Amino acid sequence: MTQQTLNGILIDEQTELSLNDLCKACSISAEWIIELVEEGALEPIGYIQTQWRFSGNSLQRARTAMRLQRDLGINLSGIALALDLLDKIETLESRLSQFEINNES
Amino acid sequence: MDFKDYYKIMDVEKDASQDEIKRAYRKLARKYHPDVSKDADAEIRFKEVGEAYEALKDPEKRAAYDQLGANWKAGQDFNPPPDWDAGFEFNGAGYTGGDASDYSDFFESLFGRGFGSAQAQHQRGGYTARGEDHHAKVVIDLEDAYHGATRSITLQSPELDNNGHVITKQRTLNVKIPRGVKQGQRIRLTGQGSPGMGNAPAGDLYLEIEFKPHSIYRVDGHDVYLDLPVAPWEAALGATIKVPTPSGPVDLKIAAGTIAGRKLRLKARGIPGKPAGDLYVVTQITLPPADSDTAKELYRKMEQELTYNPRSKLGV
Repeated sequence: MTQQTLNGILIDEQTELSLNDLCKACSISAEWIIELVEEGALEPIGYIQTQWRFSGNSLQRARTAMRLQRDLGINLSGIALALDLLDKIETLESRLSQFEINNES
Repeated sequence: MDFKDYYKIMDVEKDASQDEIKRAYRKLARKYHPDVSKDADAEIRFKEVGEAYEALKDPEKRAAYDQLGANWKAGQDFNPPPDWDAGFEFNGAGYTGGDASDYSDFFESLFGRGFGSAQAQHQRGGYTARGEDHHAKVVIDLEDAYHGATRSITLQSPELDNNGHVITKQRTLNVKIPRGVKQGQRIRLTGQGSPGMGNAPAGDLYLEIEFKPHSIYRVDGHDVYLDLPVAPWEAALGATIKVPTPSGPVDLKIAAGTIAGRKLRLKARGIPGKPAGDLYVVTQITLPPADSDTAKELYRKMEQELTYNPRSKLGV
């Protein structure tokens, strides 16, 4: 059986997702995503919900948030804090490794 | 099948209260959550802890587990004794979270499978609904991110047959992996999720990119790291040496007096893209073994002729 090769779309920083796209991709209600936005955990572009555009990494963020809620029982403001702190750790770690390079050369 | 010591996994005493078990679970779950911990074995530990909690949080399951006896040691070959669970009733209170399918054979031999996994709400009737989106992981080699590749992936999905029985359907897809993908990114395949109901379109399939651990490279975002062994004379005198990169070998100049742990940046030799990542070469100075008379002689000569005290800064 010959099989065709599928070409997918890479969801990267340049990809834009609507509220509907994001809900479908996470199989979760729009209300839950809206609450994450209200907590500041997701930052879509656009003023009205129907025009919201989420960047590609919002998908990763939203799914991480879902797992944190499911596995650790954290509420949404706790999730927003955890996501911010995880981001901060990542930034600090990459700055630290940058610093190590500059300091040695 | 190996016996699992759930108390040891949870790091609690055998007579711990339910509250203590809950606290231990919360603590370990936060520590090993794969979204929080970057440890390589975090996911395995997290699942193990989840399974242990699943068995111990329910007093009925815990009592049944305790009845197995204290003589079992973790890792021992285990088969449940016949009728071991006589007199216990598992009401299928459901699983806390996570994937029930992740539990070990040991857990399933005790508590069975089948309860808790009733998420599949199948809608019937004459209305239409878009199919569900699915998520799967695709494991690729680092080199695939440099060159692009085509990967064949096999997916198993439970589906209902005409008689309403759940059957596992297997299908294979050939998927193009674009150049420049990074760990954790997703590829969306439109229409490859669950079929829709009625005339509604099928859901989408999201493939999460995961790099297979590489024997020599480490990946961080779009940057790639390589530990480069260097001979003492190359580090001391400077040298131009051949260095492998995922896009082919390059010549790298090592400055005289290079110390161990120095990071050298090869610009845009990381994962391609806009901007492209960098490749960092971390020097490791290796010691030639003194396994021949010549080698021993050379080391002795260095000892005699170089006035070198590696501990001068320690004041001894």
